[in-house]
Amino acid sequence: MVSLPAVILMAAFIGYAGLARGSGLTLTETLVMAGLVWALPSIVVLTGAISTGLGIVPAAIAVALASVRLMPMTMAMMPMVRVPGKTKTWQLLYISHFVAVTAWVYAMHNLPKLPRDARLPFFAGFSSSLTFCVTCVTGAAYLLLDDLPKPVAGGLFILTPIYFVCSLWGASKLSSDKAAMVIGILLGPFFYLYFPGLDLLWTGLVGGTLAYLGTRFQRRGLS
Amino acid sequence: MADTWWWPYVMIIVAGWIATDIWRWIGVFAGGKLREDGELLIWVRSVATALVAGVISKLILFPTGVLEVTPMWLRILAGVGGFIAYMLLGKRVIVGVLTGEVILIGGWLLLGL
Repeated sequence: MVSLPAVILMAAFIGYAGLARGSGLTLTETLVMAGLVWALPSIVVLTGAISTGLGIVPAAIAVALASVRLMPMTMAMMPMVRVPGKTKTWQLLYISHFVAVTAWVYAMHNLPKLPRDARLPFFAGFSSSLTFCVTCVTGAAYLLLDDLPKPVAGGLFILTPIYFVCSLWGASKLSSDKAAMVIGILLGPFFYLYFPGLDLLWTGLVGGTLAYLGTRFQRRGLS
Repeated sequence: MADTWWWPYVMIIVAGWIATDIWRWIGVFAGGKLREDGELLIWVRSVATALVAGVISKLILFPTGVLEVTPMWLRILAGVGGFIAYMLLGKRVIVGVLTGEVILIGGWLLLGL
């Protein structure tokens, strides 16, 4: 259980627990969100939405945009875990809840080493216990954070953005992903200052479209 | 309505759980039918990546909680330094994270905040 994905996720969620407390979320809200959403970018976007009183519709759109990457990841994993004629759809829907960057990278590395019949049960057990442990650690961190020295608490706050910078770059295979990341980092503060509230949606739509068009022109010319 | 105890849970279930898991469920049912290199999907991924990148810069430039006492240049230095270490030292997330932590906490102690 003490694997690198577990350590990274626990550290990242300890950092998130600090963000959740700083944003005024209760312990129960934090735990429900960690276990039920289980995708750190979505959780961070939703935390910001709740703490700033954003409406449920723009919040859902912002979270859905932040988690759209889970769809191709899930799709890429399905052929690997499915046993044709045997695997039930509800089993795939259950394990799909645990698809998130860190666990997915681990699964794509390690599942092919297992016999096909063993892959789905293994991933179900691995990811369920991973989510359970990380949620417990998040709760402990939330409660203990008051007693931490301030530089340590600050270090945990900064963990989330640095973890995102590195793993988002590592997860971006296409040049458009990398361009979108750079443009998004630059545009985010601009939209936050001049269009607060819907700033993340604007950052995503404007920055993402610029990155897509720029790299499409680079790839295909004006066609 | 936004002040009641149950409103955050409605937000978490509707705007968090369903808004996130819908993509996982679509991923299960699409099961490889949508091409991962399709132009529409490339654009959608770009939008999502830029959005998450916006979250990163907001967390570093406009933090809440204990980080508010740190100067902005120190937080930017920690983020940039962590990313450079990640890029130069074998693209390992743990290296980037540890470097950023050393910069932030080291700077914090040196400045005596």
